[in-house]
Amino acid sequence: MSGGEGMSDGLHPAVAGSQPYMLADRQGSASRDEPLFESEEGRERLEKILSRYPSKRPALLPLLNYAQERNGWVSGSAMEEIADALELTPAYVHSVATFYTMYNRRPIGRYLVQVCTNISCHLNRGEEVMERFLQETGTRPGETSEDGLFTVMEVECLGACGFATVVQVNDEYVEDVTPEKVPGIVKELRDRAGQGGA
Amino acid sequence: MAYPHRHENETTTLLSRHMGEEKARHLDGWLERGGYEALRKAVDMEPDEITGVVKDSGLRGRGGAGFPTGMKWSFMPGADDDRPHYLCCNADESEPGAFKDREIMRWTPHLLIEGCLIAARAIRAGHVYIYVRGEFFPVIRILNDAVSEAYEAGYIGEDILGSGWSCDLTVHIGAGAYIAGEETGLMSSLEGRRAEPRVKPPFPAQHGIFGQPTTVNNVETLSAVPMILSNGADWYRQWGTEKSPGTKLWCCSGHLNRPGNYELALGAPLRDIIYDVCGGIPDGRDLRAVIPGGSSTAFLTPDELDCETTYEGLKEVGSSLGTASPIVMDESTCLLKAMRRIAHFYAHESCGQCVQCREGTEWVTKILERIEHGEGKMQDIDNLYDLCEQLTGRTICVLADSVVFPLKSSLDKFRDEYEAHILRDTCTAS
Repeated sequence: MSGGEGMSDGLHPAVAGSQPYMLADRQGSASRDEPLFESEEGRERLEKILSRYPSKRPALLPLLNYAQERNGWVSGSAMEEIADALELTPAYVHSVATFYTMYNRRPIGRYLVQVCTNISCHLNRGEEVMERFLQETGTRPGETSEDGLFTVMEVECLGACGFATVVQVNDEYVEDVTPEKVPGIVKELRDRAGQGGA
Repeated sequence: MAYPHRHENETTTLLSRHMGEEKARHLDGWLERGGYEALRKAVDMEPDEITGVVKDSGLRGRGGAGFPTGMKWSFMPGADDDRPHYLCCNADESEPGAFKDREIMRWTPHLLIEGCLIAARAIRAGHVYIYVRGEFFPVIRILNDAVSEAYEAGYIGEDILGSGWSCDLTVHIGAGAYIAGEETGLMSSLEGRRAEPRVKPPFPAQHGIFGQPTTVNNVETLSAVPMILSNGADWYRQWGTEKSPGTKLWCCSGHLNRPGNYELALGAPLRDIIYDVCGGIPDGRDLRAVIPGGSSTAFLTPDELDCETTYEGLKEVGSSLGTASPIVMDESTCLLKAMRRIAHFYAHESCGQCVQCREGTEWVTKILERIEHGEGKMQDIDNLYDLCEQLTGRTICVLADSVVFPLKSSLDKFRDEYEAHILRDTCTAS
C-alpha cells in the first residue's frame, strides 16, 4: 500500500479516516456547509480512505467523520454527497448517521461542552457540574448560547472514570472537574475565543 | 497529562511499565525500550507456533468475557483457506468504570501496534483494523502518529522487517455508540452499518467483517502478547492463578483516595485493592457497595471483599471480573440513584433491535425514576424482579443481561434502600 507520497495533506492512508473531527477551536462560531469532494483535498481524502477497505460501504463512518471535521456538523447535503460517492442511498446514510451520537446534525457552538454524568462521574458530582455549566453559559441542554460560543450536553461514559468528573470540550478532555472549577473553565474558553467576558 | 496512578509494586508492573514516560510514545523511545523485538521474533515463527505460546500462557480476553485468547485464535481457518483474514482490535472502550485501553493507547501506542501485528501473523490476517471509540481524540492523535511512524519505518506494510510477510493496519474510529464495543456490533459498525449486533453462529472466525474470517481482540489482550512471546508462557504464568494467569490493569474509580489504573497480578483481594492500592475511601467514610468489573457486573457488599479477584473467584460470589473496573461507593451513596443512573445508560445505549431490551431497559429506568421521586409502590419491586427475568438470555447480545446483573443484585442485597424510598420517601444512605 502506498506510503502517502505525493499526497498534499501529508496523511498516511492508514490514518486518513481517523482524524479528530471535533476540532479544538473551530474558527468563527458558525459551522460551514461546504461541499466535501469538490476540492482537491476532499477528493484526495476520499481516495485514501477508500484504499483501506475491500468495498465502499465501510468508508461510510470515516467519511461522515470527515464531513464533521471539515464543517463542524453533518448536513443533509454532506450526507447526499457521501451517499453518491459510496453508491448508497441518502436514506441509508441518514439511517446510519442518526444511529451514532457524535454526529452533530445541526450547527453547534464554537465549544461543544459534553459533561459525563455516568456512574463514576455521578458519584463525583457530575450532575452538579452539568448544572453549573448550564448556569455559566446561560443555556439549556443541547442549545447553543446566544453568542454562538457554547453548546452544553450531557454525555454517556467518556472512558476516563478515574478522573471523574470528566468533561469533553470539542476534542479535549478536561479531567477532575468539580462544580467550583466550572466558572474558571468557561472564562478560559471565552478568553480563548477572544471575547473576554462577553 | 500526568500519570499519577502507577502502583509502586514493580513486580507486577509489566504491561504498564512505560506508562507515564513521554518518550515511550514515539518510535525511537519505544525501540530504546526493547520495542518491536517480539515482532522480530514473531516474523520468524510459524503462525500456529505463536498461537501455541499464547494458548500455553493461559491469557484470557481482557475485554470482559475472559475467553482464552489462544483458543479464539485457533478457531480461525488454517493455511489451506485462501480467503482474506482480518484482525479487529476492539478499542471502543466504553464500559462505565473502564479506562484502561485509553491509558495503554495514550502512553504506549507502539505496544498495541506490535501486539496487533503478532496476533495478525498468528491468525494469518493481512489487514488489522483498530476500532477506537470516537470520543478519544487526544488518544487517537497519538495512535495515528505511532501508526504513521511504524509504517514509515517498515514495521507495518510490505515485507515487514525483511521477512517477506506483509500486513496492513488501519485506524478506524467510531462515532458514539456503546454497542459498537460488542464484537458483532463492532463488525457491523466497521462495515458502515448501524452498530447492531448479529446472531451467532455464524461466528466471526468463519464469517466476520466483509464476510471473511475475523478475530476481534481487546486492546489490553493484544498488548499482553508481545511480552508473552518474548518471555514465554511459563514466565507469564508466574503471576495470577492456574485458570486466571498473568496481570491485569485495574481501573479503580468512585469514592477513592487514589483512583486510577493499577496493574496487579490476578487474584489480589478486592479489599487490598480498595484500601491498600487505592488508599481507601476519602474522609474515612465507610464502604457501602462496590461494583467490581464495570457497570454491567453485580454489586458486592463490604463483607464480600475477600474473594479472589479472578474470573472464577468473582463468579463464585455471584459477580464477575468483567473489565476489572471496581466502582466504589461509600456510605453516603444512594444506591437507588446509582442504579437509576446505570439503568439510564443501558436504556440510552440499547440499539433497539430486540423488543425485550429496547422496552425493558426503558421500563426499568422509568420505574427506578418513579421510586426515586417518591411515587413508588411495593409492587414495583416485584415488577423489577419480573423485568430481570424478561431481560435475561432473550436477546441477540448481552446488553439487556448487563443491566440485570447490577439491578438484581441491588434488589437482593439492598432491598432496604428500595423499601425506604417506597414506604417512607427517605434514603438509607448516611
